[in-house]
Amino acid sequence: MKPLSSLIQRDRVFDFLKPRESPVDVRHGPILYLDEVSVSFDGFKAIDRLSLTIDDGELRCIIGPNGAGKTTMMDIITGKTRPDSGEVWFGTRHDLLRLDEPQIATLGIGRKFQKPTVFEALSVFENLELAGAGDKRLWPSLVARLDAQARERIEETLELIQLTEQRDRAAGVLSHGQKQWLEIGMLLMQRPRLLLVDEPVAGMTEREMARTAELLRGLAGRHSVVVVEHDMGFVRSIANKVTVLHQGRVLAEGTMDQVSKDSRVAEVYLGAPEEELVR
Amino acid sequence: MSEDFAAKRAGMAHGWLVRPWHERSTQVFLFSVCAALALVTMLHLALPAGHPLHVSAYTVNLLGKYLCYALLAVALDLVWGYLGVLSLGHGAFFALGGYAMGMYLMRGIGERGVYGNPELPDFMVFLNWDRLPWYWHGFDMFWFALVMALLVPGLLAFAFGYFAFRSRVSGVYLSIITQALTFALMLAFLRNEMGFGGNNGLTDFRELLGFDLRQGSTRLGLFIASGVALMFGYLVCRALICSRLGRVGVAVRDASNRVRFLGYRVERVQLYVFVVSAMLAGLAGALYVPQVGIINPNEFSPLFSIELVVWVALGGRATLYGAVIGALVVNYAKTWLTSAMPDAWLFVLGGLFVAATLLLPQGIAGLLAQLRRRKSAKRDEDREALT
Repeated sequence: MKPLSSLIQRDRVFDFLKPRESPVDVRHGPILYLDEVSVSFDGFKAIDRLSLTIDDGELRCIIGPNGAGKTTMMDIITGKTRPDSGEVWFGTRHDLLRLDEPQIATLGIGRKFQKPTVFEALSVFENLELAGAGDKRLWPSLVARLDAQARERIEETLELIQLTEQRDRAAGVLSHGQKQWLEIGMLLMQRPRLLLVDEPVAGMTEREMARTAELLRGLAGRHSVVVVEHDMGFVRSIANKVTVLHQGRVLAEGTMDQVSKDSRVAEVYLGAPEEELVR
Repeated sequence: MSEDFAAKRAGMAHGWLVRPWHERSTQVFLFSVCAALALVTMLHLALPAGHPLHVSAYTVNLLGKYLCYALLAVALDLVWGYLGVLSLGHGAFFALGGYAMGMYLMRGIGERGVYGNPELPDFMVFLNWDRLPWYWHGFDMFWFALVMALLVPGLLAFAFGYFAFRSRVSGVYLSIITQALTFALMLAFLRNEMGFGGNNGLTDFRELLGFDLRQGSTRLGLFIASGVALMFGYLVCRALICSRLGRVGVAVRDASNRVRFLGYRVERVQLYVFVVSAMLAGLAGALYVPQVGIINPNEFSPLFSIELVVWVALGGRATLYGAVIGALVVNYAKTWLTSAMPDAWLFVLGGLFVAATLLLPQGIAGLLAQLRRRKSAKRDEDREALT
């Protein structure tokens, strides 16, 4: 009878009674914390004892030559790839290594892929609707009705990504730049705390790039944003803090000016066109 | 492909059960099926047998069979067209539903069997069994058989899908294991020891709910029931497709990784839709068996499941009504050809598939949509010319 009587102890809180989704706790520092993370594929060390912290509300750019491990790092944070060793924390409360992709997404980490990935057969409006921060379990999705509030939020996002007129067109017929924006819009609909954005301006025209920079700068503060980008001009235009990755580890960190003066960084980029950094 | 997204957007405010009724395509579909049912019934009952427009009991029976196939095609289109899961083993769910109904019909024969055993079906007497296997109990009740016809395919789909989708098996690999699934079931049902009549299957049925299966009126009733089941299945699929879950399904089909990073559980969506589809296939099988009078392991054959994919491909994927058209057209052609040129059928079937893939990637439904678009474009042009 002992176990039964312990069930009615009123001063005890059982694990199953605690709310399962506790908010992200950032009171004690960074929103994202990677410590000594390593992962290798077939002997190749894609990430090598990488440590990185992102503060709440920060806009951080991550640069590095091809194969530096930028995309692998995002895969680890979003639960797609499991590291061999190391720790990844979201706030101080959530160990990301113990969660899978949908759980991590629900916690508030949104991710934009390198190649714009939108649902081409669905309309722009529907793309945003699916991304919306509703209950994403099975039954609620089946019976979900779009209320006025959600509709308004979608319209606001459409406004922000300048796709209001395209709302009833299939996402597949959008231009490349518009698809990129739609994907950013989908991220915003998720109401994430942290956005991971992989090469947002690849293949964009100058004007589209300027617009994207404006969009991302507008997000920082309310959200933490991590941008992986090749285009140095673009990085310079948005970032105040830049992290340089090389061979799976952090090579340098600081403002764009500090980083571009760093001799090791220049060396790493020697293979790649040097003027890329200067530009 | 020219979906009316604006209308769909407006429809999102409705509840999930009433949403399909607001769709024009659903209204047209339901009306067409009802009209066809009424027309066939009238031509069958009202006209004398010698009249050129008279629909014979044989034809009614044949059409009822086609309607079951159409429901099966709709079930497949739900998972293939709207979820991107190409099942090459949907015949298995159809056959399981058929076996459940066959067991009820078998128990209903009673003393009228060749051996006159009131409890055991003939093949069990023949095998010298002295009592019913445990899994044959309960099948003397119609409602039990009907529930089993839905439940057994559903459970198999759940068990199979649970492991397949959890392991993120997709594409060709999934198609191959569904094919293996139906093949394995065929081999199992061929064994006499399984207790399902082995090679011969279940046959020699007499009556369903007290109605003589050989009578024209019973066949007409079954034909109408099949039509009603088709409409029911269509509505179930439409309600699912029009819901947010349905849109998630389409999203899974096109970019499953993106869906995962939005926070949806892809494997659960796949599992749910797969189970619904399997249950509809089971329902189709249960209505099919009393109309053809036999169920044997042939329905499990991989070839049948592949044929089924051809119906949907030819009719047009991801439209539902296209699947119905495909099932009707191909099966009519099959009935006609297998009597006119029995050897040619398989070649024609293969040719149809190649032709559909090369010439009609959207199937007959796509062709119809194209014609409609061209017509409306022409109308707009004329109107412009006038002003």
